[in-house]
Amino acid sequence: MDQIIIQTLHGLVNGMVLAMVASGLTLIFGIMDIVNFAHGDLLMLGAFVGASVVGTTGNYWLALIVAAIVIAILGALLQITTLRPLIGRDPLTTILATFGISLVIQKYALWQWGPSVRQISEPVRGDFTLFHLQYPWYRIATAILAALIISGLWLFLKYGKYGIWIRATTQDRVMAQAMGIPVPLVYTGVFALGSAMAAASGVLFGPFAGVTQTMGFDFTVRAFVVVVVGGLGNLGGSILASIFISLLESYAAIVVSPAQAVIVSFVVLVLTMLFRPTGLFVPTPK
Amino acid sequence: MIATPAAPSRPRAAGYWIAFAVVVALLVIAPLALPPFWQRFVTEILIWGLLAMSSDILIGYTGMVSFGHSAFFGLGMYGAAAALLTVKPPSLVLALLYGLVAAGGAAVFVAYFATRLRDIYFGISTLVFSQIFYVIIFTWTEVTGGENGLTFSQPRLSILGLWSDRFTPTTLHWFVLAVVVVSYLLVRRITQSPFGMVLQSIRENEPRTRAIGYHVERYKIVAVMLSGLFAGLAGVLYAMQNKFAAPDFVFFVVSGEVVIYNVMGGMGTLVGPFAGAAFFLLLREGLSRYLTEYYLIPVGIIFIIMIIFLPQGLLGFLRRRLNA
Repeated sequence: MDQIIIQTLHGLVNGMVLAMVASGLTLIFGIMDIVNFAHGDLLMLGAFVGASVVGTTGNYWLALIVAAIVIAILGALLQITTLRPLIGRDPLTTILATFGISLVIQKYALWQWGPSVRQISEPVRGDFTLFHLQYPWYRIATAILAALIISGLWLFLKYGKYGIWIRATTQDRVMAQAMGIPVPLVYTGVFALGSAMAAASGVLFGPFAGVTQTMGFDFTVRAFVVVVVGGLGNLGGSILASIFISLLESYAAIVVSPAQAVIVSFVVLVLTMLFRPTGLFVPTPK
Repeated sequence: MIATPAAPSRPRAAGYWIAFAVVVALLVIAPLALPPFWQRFVTEILIWGLLAMSSDILIGYTGMVSFGHSAFFGLGMYGAAAALLTVKPPSLVLALLYGLVAAGGAAVFVAYFATRLRDIYFGISTLVFSQIFYVIIFTWTEVTGGENGLTFSQPRLSILGLWSDRFTPTTLHWFVLAVVVVSYLLVRRITQSPFGMVLQSIRENEPRTRAIGYHVERYKIVAVMLSGLFAGLAGVLYAMQNKFAAPDFVFFVVSGEVVIYNVMGGMGTLVGPFAGAAFFLLLREGLSRYLTEYYLIPVGIIFIIMIIFLPQGLLGFLRRRLNA
């Protein structure tokens, strides 16, 4: 019984971090129709930048902000140099281009920081006792922080001036352009925003398991699964799906090894695509 | 739609076959003229090219991008391993058979689910399926050897029991070349058959193809199965060349490289993937001497530049001729 409660907590915390990763991916897909293969690698790069800042200044919150800004700038540059020329081409080419970006980022990280695992020390110390286990407060703080960041994004999209620009562009590109919204700039901004979300979630996740240059691909796949299960381009759906899948994986980890628990989420994905391809957490389309 | 003339003009077809004969002849004499390192290198290009060509059936002709070809390739390897480890004495025919059955079976299984989805959803689902196979192979240590993989000895080269000999690098090269040439001609014939035309029409306009009355899903499943079979064949060849099967070859990196070969060489040409594999492997060979494993940084940048400025790939400009 206590194991189930521990795994529930675990699943919720992992789910919130995953939700943050997925919301960046959803944002980019929903608005730009780009499936970003490099999302997990931007996350990894953000985590490394964060680890370096923590290493030199010792300030975790500064690291979070610096990483988000650095990766946002990088994202904007990537969008301008590689994705902007591909607008209007087959969507396949953008996937391939982001795949190329992911290769380059991964090997760059290996070159810059080496293959060893980097630790980010936790900014919130202390544990509390949960049955027989010492559960760190930091994980709880992470879940709350992730929830705050996601709500901030949601409020920005709903009420912010630029958020309204972004939503207008999603709904009707041509009309938005006609109303004077600088659509190419919106694209660049959205990609930068999505990249910043990835970097921030990388820094948040860093203290959990350390930072390695191979962590990106794993996150990319998991974010894909979540985004498809939640319904592509649907922010609320992907948040619910992240929590749902993380919980399932946590429960599965009681029975099988964590490496095999991943299969559970893959099975959920396949079943979703078969029986409800529009996503689990969206109203049935009329 | 790429207009394929019903009767290709005679000089063009003749030119194609002359070029084909020259290339095959060069590949036949290659192992005799090259030092051992490059001899092995050419054999490897042929094997990776075969894998890339199998993927071209989907990318170039049916308009579906598979990000999971490593699964079929890897299952071909493990299938061959199963035959070579369990049956004594090791038999070449059984290795081929087991590998093809494993890869083909996996392909049908994946296709049954994945072909119901279109565009990027198809790509993601093939990626996810290949990861499922990877996790199973990686964690099921008793059967697959887990992280260490399986090692085995090479079978003897035997033809219908009439003649049998040990593989040397040269005969292995010829064997691989023969398999690759036959596969190429077979796939070329298939893509030009009425069946291949339906695949191309799915690529150009799926709803219209459906409206004409073709059962699109069935065609797609067969296309994925064919593609998986040839990918498995490449896996068997690679296993025989290297005498091992390892989970690394089921991992996504291989699938990614297959897509790169296709894009670099030219999708929808069948020959292009071979050129792409050769180009990529040569770049890797040349650059990794100075950059070790970081060669992927410049190669990745070249890849992105090619997508933007040369979307047809190296041989894309020959597309009409190659399909003539």
